[in-house]
Amino acid sequence: MAVRKEANALSRVAKDPVSRRKFIALGGGSAAAAFLVACGSDDSSTTTTAASAAAGGDAVVEEKFGKGDVGILNYALTLEYLETAFYADVVKSGLFKGSDLATIRKFGSEEAEHVAALTGFVKKLGGKPAPKPKTEFPLKSAKSVLELAATVENLGAAAYLGQAASIKSAEVLAAALSIHSVEGRHAAALNTLLGESITPDGAFAVPAGAPEVLKSVEPFIVS
Amino acid sequence: MTNQELAQPELADVHIDADGGDLSRSEVILKGALAAGAVYGAMSVAPFVSRALAMSEGGDVGILNFALTLEYLESTFYKEAKTRAKASGDLKSLIDLVARDEDEHVGALTETIKKLGGKPVAEPKFDFPYSGTAGFLKLAQTFEDTGVSAYNGAAPQIKSKEVLGAAGSIVQVEARHAAAIRLQNKQEPSPEAFDPSLDEAMVLKAVEPFIQ
Repeated sequence: MAVRKEANALSRVAKDPVSRRKFIALGGGSAAAAFLVACGSDDSSTTTTAASAAAGGDAVVEEKFGKGDVGILNYALTLEYLETAFYADVVKSGLFKGSDLATIRKFGSEEAEHVAALTGFVKKLGGKPAPKPKTEFPLKSAKSVLELAATVENLGAAAYLGQAASIKSAEVLAAALSIHSVEGRHAAALNTLLGESITPDGAFAVPAGAPEVLKSVEPFIVS
Repeated sequence: MTNQELAQPELADVHIDADGGDLSRSEVILKGALAAGAVYGAMSVAPFVSRALAMSEGGDVGILNFALTLEYLESTFYKEAKTRAKASGDLKSLIDLVARDEDEHVGALTETIKKLGGKPVAEPKFDFPYSGTAGFLKLAQTFEDTGVSAYNGAAPQIKSKEVLGAAGSIVQVEARHAAAIRLQNKQEPSPEAFDPSLDEAMVLKAVEPFIQ
């Protein structure tokens, strides 16, 4: 079934992308070790951070969304537009009722607030907010939708983490962090609903780079 | 400040700056903290405490030691909870998982501080006044939400990109714990669209009652 296939393909990327394996390899096998390797570096001018090494995507963000913080914000905005549209479609699908529907509505409204905040920041920095992409999601069954939601949220949290160290403005960083942890909360809640681990990466969340994230969401962007 | 702004500290910041205000970084942080206090209601915005556990040393090592103190608190709290929380089933598994994560955070922060040439703070002695599962869950929710706000508040002051990346990877895990504990408490896993941030003094004030 196409739905499951897409959700699973995305899930595989989110859980075991090449860049994540590289990140983990940095530390000789564990994320905790990678943490130490990253922090042990005493020459920050020539070494990349674990986060941006895993991301490897600063160039991609710049190319597709613009330079500096505006580019990063527009990248995040695009992902938040996608999440907002996804939850709106899920609410309309009628696949959920009761408390599950309430959770989906709540998450959707929070993503919409993220869209508004990011748009405001881009404008404040003198940038032009990224356009809202046209999206289409496979919404076949409640379970496959929940799996897709969990995958998207886990990926979203990893995407923010992948950009944190590249943000220049302390204010933009503070805003990104306050959104990042909310995405982490969403991911954990959805993982709980699915009976999966709340911390699939273990004690240290693993960042995702823009190339990986964009490739993963590509199937859902129509134009 | 309207309630809407209180509920969305970052939006409130956008609004203020759009009005042409020129807030200093510390004012922005304080504003976030004020909003956070209003949102979560757990911590009062009182004069800052003079007793500082980890503030003697500045810079990234100081921030890491501040984080280490919080991780010691959480680690001890969950270790004790294995017997004191009288948990079973999913909650028991959750406590085991979180206890393991917090232990790893303690280990990683300790090693990182040493690598940066700093001296890790000593583990404080803690006292957690609660009984039973409900008492545990209530306190756990406070600690996890406070932990998220603490990391989010401290992270923008971190100088090293490496340390910032690491702090980000820990705070996301704290947020995941917070959501899971809140679900156990039948609470919204993400009460606000923007997690509030707290500054160091406010966090220390919040956790001080549990440090002997």
